[in-house]
Amino acid sequence: MEKVMFLDYETLRVLWWAILGILLIGFAIMDGFDLGVAAILPLVAVRDLERRVVLETIEPVWEGNQVWLILGAGAAFAAWPLLYAVAFSGFYIAMFLALAALILRPVGFGFRNKIENPAWREAWDWALVAAGIIPAFVFGVAFGNLLRGVPFRFDESLRIVYEGGFFDLFSAFTILCGILSVSMFVMHGAVYLCLKTDGVIQKKAVQIAAIASVVTVILFAAGAFFILFGIDGYVVTGGVDPNGPSNPLLKTVERLPQAWLGNFAGAAWEYHKEATSGNILGNVWELVFPVFGSLSAIAAPHLARYTRGRLGMIASSIGLTGIIGTAGLAMFPFLMPSSLDPNSSLTVWDASSSQLTLFIMLIATAIFMPLILVYTSFVFRVMRGKVTLQHVKDHESVY
Amino acid sequence: MDVVELSRLQFALTALYHFLFVPLTLGLSVLLAIMESVYVMTGREIWRTMTKFWGLLFGINFAMGVATGITMEFQFGTNWAYYSQYVGDIFGSLLAIEGLMAFFLEATFIGLFFFGWNRMSKTGHLAVTWLVALGSNFSALWILVANAWMQNPIGAKFNIDTLRMELTSFYEVFFNPVAQAKFVHTVSAGYVTGAIFVLAVSSYYLLRKRNVDFARRSFTVAASFGLASALSVVVLGDESGYTASEDQNMKLAAIEAMWDTESAPADFTAFGIPDRETRETNYAIRIPWLLGIIATRSFDTPVPGINELVDRAKARIISGMTAYDALSKLRANRNDEDARRAFEEHRADLGYALLLKRYTAKVTDATDEQIAKAANDTVPDVGVLFWAFRFMAGFGFYFIALFVTAFYFASRRRFQNAMLLRFALYSLPFPWLAAELGWIVAEHGRQPWTIDGVLPTFLSVSSISAGQVMFSLVGFVLFYSTLAVVDVYLLGKYIRLGPDGVAKLREKPAGPSGGPAGPGIQLKMATPGGGPKPQPPQQPPRPQPPKPPSKPSGAS
Repeated sequence: MEKVMFLDYETLRVLWWAILGILLIGFAIMDGFDLGVAAILPLVAVRDLERRVVLETIEPVWEGNQVWLILGAGAAFAAWPLLYAVAFSGFYIAMFLALAALILRPVGFGFRNKIENPAWREAWDWALVAAGIIPAFVFGVAFGNLLRGVPFRFDESLRIVYEGGFFDLFSAFTILCGILSVSMFVMHGAVYLCLKTDGVIQKKAVQIAAIASVVTVILFAAGAFFILFGIDGYVVTGGVDPNGPSNPLLKTVERLPQAWLGNFAGAAWEYHKEATSGNILGNVWELVFPVFGSLSAIAAPHLARYTRGRLGMIASSIGLTGIIGTAGLAMFPFLMPSSLDPNSSLTVWDASSSQLTLFIMLIATAIFMPLILVYTSFVFRVMRGKVTLQHVKDHESVY
Repeated sequence: MDVVELSRLQFALTALYHFLFVPLTLGLSVLLAIMESVYVMTGREIWRTMTKFWGLLFGINFAMGVATGITMEFQFGTNWAYYSQYVGDIFGSLLAIEGLMAFFLEATFIGLFFFGWNRMSKTGHLAVTWLVALGSNFSALWILVANAWMQNPIGAKFNIDTLRMELTSFYEVFFNPVAQAKFVHTVSAGYVTGAIFVLAVSSYYLLRKRNVDFARRSFTVAASFGLASALSVVVLGDESGYTASEDQNMKLAAIEAMWDTESAPADFTAFGIPDRETRETNYAIRIPWLLGIIATRSFDTPVPGINELVDRAKARIISGMTAYDALSKLRANRNDEDARRAFEEHRADLGYALLLKRYTAKVTDATDEQIAKAANDTVPDVGVLFWAFRFMAGFGFYFIALFVTAFYFASRRRFQNAMLLRFALYSLPFPWLAAELGWIVAEHGRQPWTIDGVLPTFLSVSSISAGQVMFSLVGFVLFYSTLAVVDVYLLGKYIRLGPDGVAKLREKPAGPSGGPAGPGIQLKMATPGGGPKPQPPQQPPRPQPPKPPSKPSGAS
């Protein structure tokens, strides 16, 4: 089988690190606006007819968008099984809450309009609001915990030991990440509404987008401040073989202040290169992510207002990419550092699936991802155009 | 209860609950595509109405299927973390490919199915409907390939550096004989569920003489599609895969409560009370030869009994202890050639040694008594399997009989036989019962393993506390029960409303959006007794004098 594979283990691992990032960013861009729109539903629309306009902007597409998340989790399971196992079992209660919120979404959309009773609809509307805010918040907090380090280690038979409860997930920094996550999805959702609606709803959406974008950039900057002075980062100090077996107990890791800046400042670059020998990333050009992320996020609502949305969506998407990309790059090659036993940390070099699995999954992704992009754009093309009050009135139907 | 039992209970409940919605999605998606195909080919409006009305019910069910499916994907990680890291290399990749190839397709086009009617050409929309059906079925394919690998884990090997199973041949995993049997069997069962659903609801309308044109056509489609599916589900039953591996052999023996190996071809026990203590089946009624023929598709291959399989398990545990010992030595000294040779020789039985972990932490020091206990653990719950299988199979034969009759009457265009219609209506819950029983046979029968012969269930759980699992379990029970009530209520409401009632809703202008809510949808719009004569649902809007005064206030 090795003869068939034309990519070495190291390359495959870096590719799968990138693919996981792309899937997460894909989820943020595609499903992020669904979450954001649901979160601000009562703010932009009061009457039932208005709410139906707002919901109908996302109803035909949210289901497909959600698969970015499902696939993200699936890709973690397939390509980074240790990451999947530690994250899902470690964040048990938080994951359950996110899951409950995610379950509310399909049933909320499926059931809300089926009965024309104000109390019924109001109840589902609030369920949808919760389904928008909770997952966004939980994922933000989870990401914050990745940056902070997670209290787990492996015993000698590689069984996970996790020492920490639900409330340990929350610190000033992780809550900040949670709010940042909510605010960037709200921005994205509001910008989407600028594109898909008109009149009063659009006007309110523009205002919300403007506020959310400022909040997002401020929180992003505050997060950077934490990374500088508040929380420690992690550095691999030895024992890593980028082509070696996926056993996270073979390397050594140190916890250091400001270590997360290593990949950006270039100052730690030489030290890093020596230590890990396989670190192909880590350079100043990566400043592109935080800089463009912030600029685009600031620009998004204004573009949305002046150019009828489409450019706003692009800017907002770049903003999300910049913010998530910054966090992901800062941690490279770490996937999940361990605060309990830094040597147990999961990195790109020692937490992946086998070379064969990574290779086969890469082939499958290369075949299906372009197809997915083609038919997703097709669906968006068919559903293009604004959803108006008149439109919803005209299509009064339970079908 | 401890973490293992609670996690098993939660998995069983959420999986069985999820599978209340999956088979109907599988079956209805194909039925919708068939109905819409007829619409596009004939251009007759009624087929469009059929697609839309059954599509409405499909949508309510689909939402629940998706919602409960997310739980399944999360749960491997939350509750079965060791399982996930131990076999994620194989199992995880199958789930990921399912997402890439199938779920994305299905979920992306489901929106267009509901919202694209006026935005696409007829054939364009038909293509969308077929893509949704295709997506659902592909989804089932990959999930069942993954499940089959748990029953018969081929194409993978234990890696001593990473201490987990790793893929060696994707081809073997995909073309697993158990997977093929499972796929055909499970998907056919889904088609039967969809067909009985349509048949039962159509019978309800025919009994009440409502929506007669609609119901006759739906009845006919369901009867023909259902007949083919019911034949396939029984004839291509899952049993053919049961000879594939040791655990499957044990499952087969347990299903048949066959304690001792019999000379080929073995008898089939139609009735009996299995007793685990004495290892006998009391009051057995036996049909000569039948089991041997079904299970082995031959007259001369013996089917091993439970006692023989326990002895084999004992031997494998002892061999597994050698592998375990060699593995420990190898991890201490990578260059220990003797240990390497011993490991290579006994590696296939490593999983059997893990069964001992329940009784001794060290494994290699196990006593004969502990080995005997561990070997005994490989016998699943014979009583449950024996009866679950018989009820499931009984339902299978009943479905064939029902569909044969329904098909006969439908092809003679006789839709007034109240007896048949009632039978069809009251059969509504049976396909669900049969499907759930089928999963109980397959998964409860897989115990004590999560991965047959590789990883015992009690080792597969996460390192979490029982309190955490209790929290989520209670949460699931409350949350899922509420959703079940809402789901059944909505389905019942729209079934009672019927295509005629729904058509009337559509005439209603958007009323209560501004002021205080009007009377809302009148649920009892269709009178229980039914109109005097059947009215085609595509009737032009006009006031209908004989109806009770339940028009919404906003109607003009």
